[in-house]
Amino acid sequence: MSAIIRVSHLSKQFKDTKAVDDLSFTVNKGDVYGFLGQNGAGKSTTIRMLLSLIAPTEGDITIFDKKLSTHRSAILRQVGAVIEKPDLYKYLSAYDNLSIFAKMSGIKASRELLMQQLEMVGLADRAKGKVETFSQGMKQRLGIAVALVHNPELIILDEPTNGLDPQGIADIRNLILRLSREMGKTILISSHLLSEIELIANRMIILHKGKKMVEGKVSELLDPAHSMIQLETTNDQLAKEKLLQSNWADTLQEGKSIRLLMNKQAVPQLISDLVGLDVSILSVNSSHSLENYFLSLTTMSGHVEPFAN
Amino acid sequence: MWNLLQIELFKISKRPRTYIAFAAIAAIVFIFQFAFKADGQSYMNLMLQSVKDSFEFERTKAINGYFMCYIILNTLLVQLPILVALIAADSISGEANMGTLRLLITKPISRTQLIIVKFAAATIFTILLLVWMAITSLFFSLFIFGADDMLIFRSKGDESQILLISKDDVMWRYLAAFAYATVALTVIVALSLFLSIFADNSIGPIIATVCIVLVCTIISNINVPIIDKNVRPFLFTSYLVGWKGFFYIATTEDGVPIKGSVENWAAIRNSLSILLLHIGVLLGASVFVFRKKDILS
Repeated sequence: MSAIIRVSHLSKQFKDTKAVDDLSFTVNKGDVYGFLGQNGAGKSTTIRMLLSLIAPTEGDITIFDKKLSTHRSAILRQVGAVIEKPDLYKYLSAYDNLSIFAKMSGIKASRELLMQQLEMVGLADRAKGKVETFSQGMKQRLGIAVALVHNPELIILDEPTNGLDPQGIADIRNLILRLSREMGKTILISSHLLSEIELIANRMIILHKGKKMVEGKVSELLDPAHSMIQLETTNDQLAKEKLLQSNWADTLQEGKSIRLLMNKQAVPQLISDLVGLDVSILSVNSSHSLENYFLSLTTMSGHVEPFAN
Repeated sequence: MWNLLQIELFKISKRPRTYIAFAAIAAIVFIFQFAFKADGQSYMNLMLQSVKDSFEFERTKAINGYFMCYIILNTLLVQLPILVALIAADSISGEANMGTLRLLITKPISRTQLIIVKFAAATIFTILLLVWMAITSLFFSLFIFGADDMLIFRSKGDESQILLISKDDVMWRYLAAFAYATVALTVIVALSLFLSIFADNSIGPIIATVCIVLVCTIISNINVPIIDKNVRPFLFTSYLVGWKGFFYIATTEDGVPIKGSVENWAAIRNSLSILLLHIGVLLGASVFVFRKKDILS
């Protein structure tokens, strides 16, 4: 599979803060690539570097097999982007905004094409309406139309569902899936919600404090084989000691509570073994290990080890 | 590039604030014209008081369209930088404030192109502003007051001088004066654009531009030899009113004005060169800074 984006040892230093730290990843043709991390993880900074809004302190970015630093215009001709809020010219109509950005993208867009784009995002009937009268969701959809008007190969969406209601989020999600499945676009989408990325991305990366924590296929990273099982017993201390002397010792995680990283399918066997060891079980909870890991990133501060799949 | 310039001009034309400058000019000019139509003779009596007996001129003809335009330009061209800054200082900072700057930068246009197009659009706006000023202050005044020989009051050192320019020798001087004013105001465009790069809203660069113009104008007017010699020649504000040079007509030894002449061409050329140098330096600095700037807004 050919790589569309290749990022290698990318870093960005803002005065005393290292926003992105030695980051490397690859986005392949046709991927919907999820860019996940809490606020301040370095997602937006990385996306801004991919779009040449800010210059990297170190590292290389190659898009469409061309170096961004030397082939900026040629690359950006094939890229469409929505960066955070879809800020457009509020005093202009939806049609005028789309027309302006189509021209800036280097294409001569006919009225039919522009109306088609507005139709696609459900704004054809508001083509002449000024953007200042639009809701957040309408602005977001217009922002996506602007990003798509020149039919780019690569689409970069930075938190495109921010501030949208559930219906708006579902609309954007469906649009992204259509762009990927029906039109074969390569999409890089950032979010701070794992559940959102899980629904649309085929590959993803998790960033924390500018560093890569994990990267891979969503189906593998969220495989039930990597479940976190949490047990509550009548005597957790005693139960832990007994587990450490059993075949389950390797799966036991550090911490106060009893947590085991294991295949969900093996839970009946675990319960049977614990009963055999005279451990009285009060409750068993299962969640995906990556989900727990991601949750821990958003709650803890300080040093965090990369996720071991 | 032409495409981008069209887009910029389209955006400027759609913003209400663009028309504030045109409305302000029209209002000021019409107030002047009304005041002079109603009681211009009192002004002329005051101005000609010192030369009452030595200067023969039909006073009723002194207030004509050419004279009115000169009076208006004399007042307005000092204030015009503020109106120009309203648009030029908004060029980059206004986009940053709206959040559209990052979208512009992600388009396949270079940052240098973007700065040059913004500069060109603001310069075209300035030219249109001056054309509007020419229409209202010169052509409307000619329509209201008629055309006749033009009187110029000039302070030269401690002396006051009155020059008389034949009416068929005036129009080209106005064309030249407006062309000069375009160059002078383009320095303000370049300055505003440069300041605009550093801000995320347009208020800061507008105020900064006005403050710089104000401070430099005050320094330009301090008549102390050390400033006259070492500071004044380097300040662009010293040359903003250089357009008046086109109306300082050369005279014979007997004091008779020489038609089609200008007293000091060299001074005008020198002023223009310094203004153009300021434009070049400010525009170059804008490109240099903007190319290196991280777009975070």
